Amino acid sequence: MEQLLNDFSPGLFVMQTLIMLVLIFIMAKYAWKPIMNSVEKREEGIKDALEAAEAAKKEMQNVTADSEKLLREAKVERDALLKEAREIKESIISEAKEQAQVEGDKMIKQAQATIESEKKAAVADIKAQVANLSVEIAEKVIKEELSDKGKQQKLVEDMLGDIKLN
Amino acid sequence: MTVPNLVGAGLIVIGAGIGLGKIGGSAMEGIARQPEATGKIQTAMIIIAALLEGLAFGALFLGK
Amino acid sequence: MRVFKRSIDLAATLFILLFSIGVSANSSSDEKEEGPVNTQEEVEGYILHHIKDSHDFHLFSYTNSEGERKHVGFPLPVIVWSSEGLVSFMSSKFHHDDSGEHIVEAGGTRFVKLHSKIYELESGAEEISFDEEHHPVNAHKVLDFSITKSVFGMLLIGILMLLWFGGLARQYKSKQIPTGFGRILEPLVIYVRDEIAKPNIGHKYRQFTGYLLTVFFFIWILNLLGLTPFGFNVTGQIAVTAALAIFTLVIYTFKGNKDYWEHMLWMPGVPVLIRPVLAVIELAGAFLIKPFSLLVRLFANISAGHIVVMSLIAILITMKSELTVFGSGLLSFVLSLFITLIELLVAFLQAYIFTMLSALFIGMAVAEHDHGHDHEEDDAEGVRADFI
Repeated sequence: MEQLLNDFSPGLFVMQTLIMLVLIFIMAKYAWKPIMNSVEKREEGIKDALEAAEAAKKEMQNVTADSEKLLREAKVERDALLKEAREIKESIISEAKEQAQVEGDKMIKQAQATIESEKKAAVADIKAQVANLSVEIAEKVIKEELSDKGKQQKLVEDMLGDIKLN
Repeated sequence: MTVPNLVGAGLIVIGAGIGLGKIGGSAMEGIARQPEATGKIQTAMIIIAALLEGLAFGALFLGK
Repeated sequence: MRVFKRSIDLAATLFILLFSIGVSANSSSDEKEEGPVNTQEEVEGYILHHIKDSHDFHLFSYTNSEGERKHVGFPLPVIVWSSEGLVSFMSSKFHHDDSGEHIVEAGGTRFVKLHSKIYELESGAEEISFDEEHHPVNAHKVLDFSITKSVFGMLLIGILMLLWFGGLARQYKSKQIPTGFGRILEPLVIYVRDEIAKPNIGHKYRQFTGYLLTVFFFIWILNLLGLTPFGFNVTGQIAVTAALAIFTLVIYTFKGNKDYWEHMLWMPGVPVLIRPVLAVIELAGAFLIKPFSLLVRLFANISAGHIVVMSLIAILITMKSELTVFGSGLLSFVLSLFITLIELLVAFLQAYIFTMLSALFIGMAVAEHDHGHDHEEDDAEGVRADFI
């Protein structure tokens, strides 16, 4: 302790205090203050830039999500549209088919009816003609037959015989 | 330096050595257990070691 | 890089300038000196002399062919407050005498230099005389405001710091990121702010960064300067460390808030009878133990480092007869290289610890105690409470 006190130089203490005071004052004013201010400003800038980047990233994600959603919706809509179109097409086709069927059936029926009526008319015509012919033939035969007595007799007998046979 | 002074200085050094050893050992153990806290443990270790050192030096110089 | 180069140029010019004065001023040195340092006792004396402050900048001595002892270095001004007022003269007037034999007449009184201290002779005394314990009886110490080697070192470092950090501050005017030497300095500044000031002081750290940064770089650069061959031992001067510790003391005493004083003088939460006892302990802790531990730690670490390095270098001389010149040289080189590397670390560590503890003490004084009542019985307890 004694040596410690002996080594202590009050003059040096005063000089050191003075130098230190001046140094702290000058350094604080001309070095530390501007350095700290600029460093803090820079750090603030970096922080802001990072935050902005983060926000931009989030925004980007939102946009991507939105567009994906839109895409999905569009796809669904397109699918629905396609399905509807297919259904419409099928229904149209089936309707057309049905109509065609009905129309065809109708036409066939008509045709059949026409054919039937034509046939009937034709048959009636033929019958009439056959009747006329037979009447004419019968007239002629009868005319000829009735000119001969024997023959007439025979005819009657034949006819009668036929009836018996029947 | 007289003989009692030297013996006293030796005692101080022994005490400070034990203390520093304990601080260092505990710090090592702490770092081994929690390597992620290395920085904090080191700071605390250095401060406590410095305080102990101050005490030891104070005693040494008082005895000188 | 430009700032760095400029500061080196400045230092070099300064040295060369002072050198030329020094060599010319010293060419007429006296031959009373004992010649080269050879024995164990001389080595011890040399080391003890080195760790003290000195009034001239002495680099090395040699003996020329005529057997004359020559000293190379330069003198520094001596400024003392004597009975006749402020007196100043160059230290070369003492002719390297350190034993009180050479008397210098200046400003109407007479001075001698004894063990790096300047004494004023009592009026009428022709020669200094000593009592049995080798204390001078007819001379007294004077207040010594000389530009000693330590003061010279401090001024040098002050100018260097201004150049470096002022240059760094100027760089920010034109760009965001410093270039050259500023790239080394900027992370150090940020390190002190982020690792020392912020965690120990808290959000009020900004107003103390000026002091903490100045102290940190001042101590660190001076510690490093002490490891150069110029032989500065500034931070190993107890007056210097005492001044630094008192700066810290003044700051935490005047910046201490109400909480701090309440906890120191009238500790809440303990029995009333114990409070005065605690107040005495707290006051002793704040005004004696804290500054004393700060100043002694730095002083002792740096002085001890210098003594160890010089002792290891002295192995070259003291063990020459046992180990031959080559053996002792190798041993002293290896050992002193190793210790110097450790001293490089210590130089940083001591600056860090001084700044860190200053920040811690300031932080304790300005902290708002909103977390129950954890008290600092002495500083170690306080640290523990803060960290556990």
